[in-house]
Amino acid sequence: MDAVETKMIPIYIMGQRYEVPEGLTIMKAMEYAGYQYVRGCGCRGGICGACGTIYRIPGDYKIYSALACQTAAEPDMYLTQLPFFPANHVSSDYAELEGVPEDIYKLYPELFRCVACNACSKICPMDVPVMDVIAYIKRGDIEKAAFEAFDCIQCGLCTSRCFAEAPQFHIMQLARRLYGGKLAPKAQHNAEAAKAVRDGKFNPMLDQLTSMSLEDLKKEYIEREIEPETAGDEWKPKETKWLLEEYLR
Amino acid sequence: MKLSYLPGCTLKTKAQDLDLSTVAAMGALGVELEELPRWNCCGTVFSFADDDLMHQIAPVRNLVRAQEQGGEQLVTVCSFCFNTLKRANLLVKENSDKLDTLNTFMDEEEDYKGNVNVVHLLEVLRDEVGWEQIAGKVQNPLKDLKVAAYYGCTLHRPIEAAIEPPNKPEALNDLIKAIGATPVDFPDMTTCCGSYQAVANPEIVINRTREILTSARESGAEMIAVSCPLCECNLKENQKELGELRMPVIYFTQLLALALGVDSHLHQCEQNPADARPLLESKGLIDACSATYI
Amino acid sequence: MKKINPHKTNFIRKVEEISGQNIGLCYQCGTCSGSCPNFAEADILPRQLMRRAQLGMKEDVLQSKIAWVCASCLSCTANCPRGIDIAKVMEAVRLLSLRENIDYVNPRELSQETIAKLPQIAMISSFRKHTA
Repeated sequence: MDAVETKMIPIYIMGQRYEVPEGLTIMKAMEYAGYQYVRGCGCRGGICGACGTIYRIPGDYKIYSALACQTAAEPDMYLTQLPFFPANHVSSDYAELEGVPEDIYKLYPELFRCVACNACSKICPMDVPVMDVIAYIKRGDIEKAAFEAFDCIQCGLCTSRCFAEAPQFHIMQLARRLYGGKLAPKAQHNAEAAKAVRDGKFNPMLDQLTSMSLEDLKKEYIEREIEPETAGDEWKPKETKWLLEEYLR
Repeated sequence: MKLSYLPGCTLKTKAQDLDLSTVAAMGALGVELEELPRWNCCGTVFSFADDDLMHQIAPVRNLVRAQEQGGEQLVTVCSFCFNTLKRANLLVKENSDKLDTLNTFMDEEEDYKGNVNVVHLLEVLRDEVGWEQIAGKVQNPLKDLKVAAYYGCTLHRPIEAAIEPPNKPEALNDLIKAIGATPVDFPDMTTCCGSYQAVANPEIVINRTREILTSARESGAEMIAVSCPLCECNLKENQKELGELRMPVIYFTQLLALALGVDSHLHQCEQNPADARPLLESKGLIDACSATYI
Repeated sequence: MKKINPHKTNFIRKVEEISGQNIGLCYQCGTCSGSCPNFAEADILPRQLMRRAQLGMKEDVLQSKIAWVCASCLSCTANCPRGIDIAKVMEAVRLLSLRENIDYVNPRELSQETIAKLPQIAMISSFRKHTA
């Protein structure tokens, strides 16, 4: 039987032509071409934001972006990675921030230079509507900004394209942190559960376990009741006395 | 009547009382202001440069949003938004080449066709509702209240973007009359408060505030009604620097809401000499607990 | 075909190109100066800026303060008997510096108190008129 011949495609890395096997990700294609990663590569799973890549296709005026580890190399791609883009990150004492829009305005006043050109949203490899996020921040809606910016992976491509020279990805991170720590409603059941622990509700169970012999402990473990994978929200264990709701009642 | 409405960034934070009193008052007059579901900062100041379209993108993008909503009119109450949106609209309506360039640049948006009309709330009140209609709906006439109408720059200049003939500012005076108060003419009705110089040269704004307040007071006004959040801030904040020269500053929509008997969203700002509440209380127009605290 | 006036220097042409105004129309009546609310804060009057621009005095024009204390209120424009949009000339003068990447205001140098106190429109408009 003949060996399956791998089709080779041309790609251009920083202007240099390489023939690489079809079907590789940009990252693997670059490695195939002989590049060894020191920077510009992290999780290889599309979440760390280290491998932001910019490319063009001949005959198309548009700039496209990709994460090198997630996107297949295509014939005639002209690409370069932009693993890092300088962007001032302003340090702040989180405890002193109040969760108000002025927190962001004071740290990043340059966001007011936004002209709504939308180059940031167009380049975002995670499809974050960056321009809209900045618009929400400009009007003081931190919650909306935080939700819209949830998918940001801090690759910095938005900042590389910014007419206002604003570091959007740092600004969006600050918005998420302000929302998460100072604005989002606190989960009440966590406090109740913590109180139950402090009040010693679970102590009898723990005492029972720690006093058991190793053999009994193994038996108990093997025979334990496991929540079925298909269980819905209504599922309850046979023994309900350790449930928080019993305690609260 | 339902109209598309762009509040503007500042109306969602520091000038919330302007936004809320506008929506409340217009509701009482049977006009539903429908906020655009998606909008961005208009840019606040119109770019005067002939060779610069970059700074026209923000206002025109908002006109695209209004077009998407199918509205023929886009209402604003912030004087800055009004002027910037209206001038950008005129620019692209009169220069199809510039409109083409902007549409090509904003290739992710539908093309703007130039059919939206940008109107200021005072124009809606004058042309769509009418002064007599407003007078007929007043529950709480603002009797014995002498109000100086301060139009500032952007409602009357330039002439092509003005809400009325610039040398005869009267829309706000007419409104003040319709709600039972007494409009006071004064020499600085359309002079500048110093505007964005509050950032780079705050002393300019203090000087402008002194002149405007002095001329309003010498003309017999008891308070100043404004429509621009920057005028409001400049005239209000700088009174702290001006000793005895005090004059309450209020958004005209708050007066309108008060007269119509809906929530005027009056601030409680005890530290501020420009607080309008003590004067309104002394006239019996509000009682100490009636106003909403926000 | 558009005639090129050989007496106009590149500087004058640039001011006219950015502003879209014929600065040669100014006959020095001084109405702009009389209507400018901020003239006292500057070193020269709007009328004097116009004259210096007409004469192509680039350094004098770019170093004067008047365009930077201008608040774009358009009083000069509204009152000019020659129909010159003087506010646009002021903008052109500012842009000749700003386009060289020379800022008049540095957003990062504003006091925290100023940023917290002022409404967003103050910062946005200032940065639009005063930063590159």
